[in-house]
Amino acid sequence: MTQTKDQIALQLTEAGYIADEGLATALLLTSMLARPLLLEGEAGVGKTEVAKALARLENTDLIRLQCYEGLDRSDAIYEWNYQRQLLAIKAREGSGDSAETVEEAVFSEKYLLERPLLAAIRRDVPPVLLIDEIDRADEEFEAFLLEILSDFQVSIPELGTVQATSIPRVVLTSNGTRELSDALRRRCLYHFVDYPSPDRETRILLARVPGLDAALAVQIADLMGKLRKEDLVKVPGVAETIDWAAALLGLGAKNLKDNRELVFETLSCVLKTREDSARVSREVTDRLLGKVA
Amino acid sequence: MSGLRLESSADIGPVLRLRLAGFVHSLRDSGFKVGLAETRDASRLLCTQVIKRPDSLKAAFRSLFCGRLSDWQRFDEIFDAYWSGKGVKSGVKVSGTSTRKGMKTIREMIDASGRRQDTIVGDVERLPGEEDELSDDTPSGRREGASIAENLGQVDFRNLSDPDALKQAHDLAERLARAMRIRLTRRDRQKRSGKKLDLRRTIRRSIAHGGTPIDLVRKGPREKQLRLVILLDASGSMNNYTGVFTRFVHGLLDSFREAEAFLFHTRLVHVSSALSERDAGRALDRMGLMAQGVGGGTKIGAALADFNRWHAARVVHSRTCILILSDGYDTGAPEALGDEMARLRRRCRRIVWLNPLLGWQGYEPTAGGMAAALPYVDFFAPAHNLASLSALEPYLARL
Repeated sequence: MTQTKDQIALQLTEAGYIADEGLATALLLTSMLARPLLLEGEAGVGKTEVAKALARLENTDLIRLQCYEGLDRSDAIYEWNYQRQLLAIKAREGSGDSAETVEEAVFSEKYLLERPLLAAIRRDVPPVLLIDEIDRADEEFEAFLLEILSDFQVSIPELGTVQATSIPRVVLTSNGTRELSDALRRRCLYHFVDYPSPDRETRILLARVPGLDAALAVQIADLMGKLRKEDLVKVPGVAETIDWAAALLGLGAKNLKDNRELVFETLSCVLKTREDSARVSREVTDRLLGKVA
Repeated sequence: MSGLRLESSADIGPVLRLRLAGFVHSLRDSGFKVGLAETRDASRLLCTQVIKRPDSLKAAFRSLFCGRLSDWQRFDEIFDAYWSGKGVKSGVKVSGTSTRKGMKTIREMIDASGRRQDTIVGDVERLPGEEDELSDDTPSGRREGASIAENLGQVDFRNLSDPDALKQAHDLAERLARAMRIRLTRRDRQKRSGKKLDLRRTIRRSIAHGGTPIDLVRKGPREKQLRLVILLDASGSMNNYTGVFTRFVHGLLDSFREAEAFLFHTRLVHVSSALSERDAGRALDRMGLMAQGVGGGTKIGAALADFNRWHAARVVHSRTCILILSDGYDTGAPEALGDEMARLRRRCRRIVWLNPLLGWQGYEPTAGGMAAALPYVDFFAPAHNLASLSALEPYLARL
């Protein structure tokens, strides 16, 4: 089946994700070139959503590996089920089995705990593997992730090498809290996810907040675009916009300009630090609202 | 798997291949990390029917060749200059070099400026009397790790007036901070490699189950990582040093996983987010915007009070080292500064005060504010040249 980027963009829209320019191409390339896709961007611009939408689009599973500091092989690839192994050894104590037999039995598939990376390469249907916030993991982890992403095999000393039965579609996300290695960057396709344009944000709102009036969505997206240009400590992401739109809808607002008080009071949906709340005062809100069409 | 598989044997013809090679070459010249595999994939892409229109070709190449945000931002320009400048279809002029005529790549510019800097180092070397003045004050052993250009390392920042030399000092300060990181993390790693399972306690617990270790006991969580909180004085009296210190702080902030930076003059500004910008120049621009009023008087006491009141609870924990870069000239009351320092001292692990004036001959920390603060400072060191900054590393490593 040959796809074009427009088809992919359309399918993404059906899967609930409004793609920006270039993302459809990047996704097309991931399947053509079998390379992982590295998504970078500020928190809350919908990087994780890309993987979720891709899984829906491909009608396959999403396997997610959330990275954190100190993540290691046993949490990411596989681990032996020590408790069961010990119990099994105990149970066989009187049976007179030789040490080799016991060892063989204990280090078998049955006692292996799959972690996300191993699970992802052993599926029959290629899943979407999301490696979230790779920049939080240590540099060592990045190194063996590279090994898996290039060979798609895992060697388990006691069991032998596990070959991939299917090559997953890999999506990595990073918030840029740490510089990633050049090797990893080179291996991956790259896409920078920016804050959406007002037009795209309007479409996202309409897709994500059922029952939202189109005119209100335009106003909200417009105001958010202007708000992001203010000097804020924590610039609100798309998730915040969706929350806010849902809040305004729930409170029965039809037009932002007629509900100035409501707008100011619900800004807590999008401003998440003390400094930001202080900065966007009533006057600033009024000024921003004044510029909204 | 949807999409289409590519045949590896596809050929794009010699003309296009040369053009592509030239493009990859100019990307590399601009600092892109592009390997052979990428070039091969690009040539495979060129022969598919999927990417016919130039704009989708650009998008595809952008995804393929970019590795970071800075690449991403520059890519369009390089792409347009290369492909649109000559036109793909009219590929008459094929040679890779001819297309690069007129387009000065960033790498070339850097090389050029690097050559210029070499000659400037020569100039610095000839600055009269600097080395003698300082070699007396600097105890041996302090200079460990200063494998950077020694001549520049010893020159007091205030004596650097040549903009190029200053720029080089800035770069060195930043590199120094990054080098510290590499060494510091290496030490950290070695310490951390312990067993995960606490076997002794596991077996002790197993007695309750007749010797079967049901409850596995693991080693507790690691020690909290050292956090660095930097308070940088940006008042008028620090004018000569602010630039280079900011670069140093920018480098440090990037190296420590947990670090926060504040800037103070008459008030306190939280600048971590501005300094998290990877590009140093842009980070400084952003910080400059955030901290308007730089170069005025200093109210260290008031700034510290502000810090203790609003930020300390959030950013300071028991494994925090506070690094104050200031000359200690305070226009507020010394008692207020002393009180705030005492309050701060109770919260954190160490307070390091770096004072550029300490590198001057005959300086005694007797200025009202400095004298009041000194009892609460664990480590008081000079910071007037690169050598003294690098001397800080062994101390930070011990924390």
